[in-house]
Amino acid sequence: MNLLGRMGWGDVVFEPALANPDSSDLIAAGAGGVVVLGAIVALYCLFHYRLWGVFWRGWLTSLDHKRIGIMYIAFAMIMLVRGVLEGVVMRAQQADGLDGGFLTSHHYGELFSTHGTIMIFFMAMPFLTGLINIIVPLQVGARDVSFPLLNALSLAFTAAGGALIMVSLVVGEFSTGGWTGYPPFTGVAFQPGVGPDYWIWSVALAGIGTTLSGINFVTTILKERAPGMTFARLPLFTWTAFTTSVLMVFALPPLTVATSLLALDRMAGFHFFTNDLGGNMMNFANLFWLFGHPEVYILILPAFGVFSEVFATFSGKKLYGYTSLVIATVVIAVLSFTVWVHHFFTMGQSANLNAIFGIATMTIGVPTGVKIYDWMATMYRGRVRMSVPMIYSVGFIMLFVIGGLTGIILANPTVDYQVHNTLFLVAHFHNMLIPGLLFGMLAGYTFWFPKVFGFQLDAFWGRIAAWGWIVGYSLTFFPLYAVGLMGMTRRTASYTIEAFQPWMLVSGLGALVVLGALVALGLQLWVSIRYRKALTVEGGDPWDGRTLEWSLPAPVPEWNFAHIPMVTARDDFWEKKRTATVDATPATYTDIALPRNSMLGPLFAVAATALGFGLIWYIWWMAALAAAVMPLAIIVRSFRTDIHRVIPADEVAAYDLAFRETRAALVPVGRDGEETVANRGRANREAFE
Amino acid sequence: MSAMTHTAEDRALYGFWVFMMSDLILFGLMFATYGTMLTTWGFASGPEPSELFSMGPVAIETAILLVSSLTFGLATLALKHGQGRGVIALWLVITLALGLGFLAMELRDFAEMAAEGAVPQRSGWLSAFFGLVSLHGLHVAAGCVWIMVMLAQLAVFGPTLDVASRLSRLGLFWHFLDVIWIGIFSVVYLGALA
Repeated sequence: MNLLGRMGWGDVVFEPALANPDSSDLIAAGAGGVVVLGAIVALYCLFHYRLWGVFWRGWLTSLDHKRIGIMYIAFAMIMLVRGVLEGVVMRAQQADGLDGGFLTSHHYGELFSTHGTIMIFFMAMPFLTGLINIIVPLQVGARDVSFPLLNALSLAFTAAGGALIMVSLVVGEFSTGGWTGYPPFTGVAFQPGVGPDYWIWSVALAGIGTTLSGINFVTTILKERAPGMTFARLPLFTWTAFTTSVLMVFALPPLTVATSLLALDRMAGFHFFTNDLGGNMMNFANLFWLFGHPEVYILILPAFGVFSEVFATFSGKKLYGYTSLVIATVVIAVLSFTVWVHHFFTMGQSANLNAIFGIATMTIGVPTGVKIYDWMATMYRGRVRMSVPMIYSVGFIMLFVIGGLTGIILANPTVDYQVHNTLFLVAHFHNMLIPGLLFGMLAGYTFWFPKVFGFQLDAFWGRIAAWGWIVGYSLTFFPLYAVGLMGMTRRTASYTIEAFQPWMLVSGLGALVVLGALVALGLQLWVSIRYRKALTVEGGDPWDGRTLEWSLPAPVPEWNFAHIPMVTARDDFWEKKRTATVDATPATYTDIALPRNSMLGPLFAVAATALGFGLIWYIWWMAALAAAVMPLAIIVRSFRTDIHRVIPADEVAAYDLAFRETRAALVPVGRDGEETVANRGRANREAFE
Repeated sequence: MSAMTHTAEDRALYGFWVFMMSDLILFGLMFATYGTMLTTWGFASGPEPSELFSMGPVAIETAILLVSSLTFGLATLALKHGQGRGVIALWLVITLALGLGFLAMELRDFAEMAAEGAVPQRSGWLSAFFGLVSLHGLHVAAGCVWIMVMLAQLAVFGPTLDVASRLSRLGLFWHFLDVIWIGIFSVVYLGALA
């Protein structure tokens, strides 16, 4: 028995680069080298600066929803860097792609597959899951999510999927079948290597994590709300988090089924999706998009929630059309299950079926349009402050509407037949996902960063990053609409038509601007951490916030609320500031029970990675061991009863009273000083209204 | 302090309902896949359902599983009326035995099919059959492990609030598997033999 399954020395990415390299091999080896180097540097820092203890006790084993959320977002940002770099390499390849380019088409295939997989499953999903994790319990007035341990396990599964996709840079190869992984091309007949297996297991593990997150958030929002926090008073971000979580519960199982059946086809010779012996490849397309279409609303709805909070806060007005926004959110979530066929209008089904799905698709434009008008009406006659989250949000409205219109064009099956699988489609979904999802996440990151860390992000670099994303996005993707209409197919490494080239050059230039925006984000973080003392917002309310989370200290203590609030209005904190009841001290404090740390999270991360790695490389002992460890750990844990620890009421009271004293002593700051060091987290209310 | 309060119990039960809804989608999609494979194309000139299935063993399996739901219900009643851990454990052991009996019969069925050349690698329809039926079988196996764990917890802790809460979720799960099996019995077996 071979202890390493089907793995050999030739599978390590450095081997071809040493043997007989071309530019593709060198780039692959460089990427693999960066992964190895990054891992070594991270380990060196942990040991050299003796951070293991802090990292283990404070982070890896922590069940605090805020810390788990931060880990999700840190993970998402690392993957964002990889995803953007891959995008830049692809744009460079196509800019140079007239009759050639510097990458082999196989390598280009791996790049667009990892880029899509990473951006959806390991950037977007962890980013929004992290934001929901941090913010929702604070917005509903809860001490944690309903199932803190399950939360850590969700993160472990997502991290395991991400680990596999990073390992694929060093050992073996990745699928060339795109982020959708359609068989039979990803079947064993066409790709017998490990590539599609890396795709299957990284996506399947991340999918399990997301399903568990969905269950957790649904229960949290339904069961953990503070007294008085009725559905009609839930902040819009929490509403969108709720609908997204419901979608996670119902839309992730199709992904689990699609990937598991594809794995059975590949590993055990089943015939679900094969060309021969009764397999039906279109079942995969249906299963995948039964997940995939609701997935795009899983991605966009939390961003809509962020925009709703940002527009209201930075216009100094209550959100216009709250009820219509909630209804539109729920309608979008329901309709999201009725449109999946529009991803394959060219499958060969009847024209009537296409017409039904085309009409259903156009219908989604209606609730989305309602939202756009609500946001604009929120700004109308407000005292709008163009702070960094607001730049992202206004940029979103301008660009997202264009993307929505091209979506309506694509929803028409007759048009779709012409532009199916061209760069027009690539331009469309990047137009939805970058200005929609990514701008939303970056706006949320800037908006809530001071709440989570206690200091605000540097506004200068923030503005440069925001404008960089807006300009860079436009330069990169608008040309793709043009070449798409000219007939350039997606996923093409090189082309022979000269007319494409100028557009590709502009697009390549745009990718460099996006890269610059990414660097600006990095610099913003570095500068902000460096000057964190000056940027402190100890009052906890730097933007004159409206919802419960802004009533808390920044950073938020691990128990969140010293006293569970009694909610009396929508925008409860705003109302309490208006009536000056915000400074009323609670009469009594009680002991607070919090979950103890658990090592199950890191254990599951390692075991799930080992499970995936074993299944990819046919290292059966490793897969079996990992598959046994996880349920055993749960069983052992179920016999423990000391899973809580108690924070004494005195400690809570001392902390809370000190915070209230600090806040009361701060000099309130008006709109001019909002993004400066004068802002200590207490707003001069007259200046805003 | 106890690890669980009534609020926490309520929350856990609710979360478990949500989990089962998600799980139900898995089964729904496997049923749908089975439906699309139940064609001449899916049989791929291999063995067909009417040649492979016989009512006898499947009827017995169905009976075993339904009775196991009854015995689990009796365990729940014993818990509710405070009849002591012995009675509860007895009904759980009977349920476990029935669950294991069901799995043994199912595996025997699979072995007989394999002997006739009806393996999942033979055709798309057989892939879908084994995919759907073994997914249910895996759930039953997981349920059996869970019963064993609960027997151990009953012995260690007695019928505490924690244990009762876990048993109520296990009960939901076990009855849920019955419902799924009725679907499999009707669609897969009755559909083929009617």
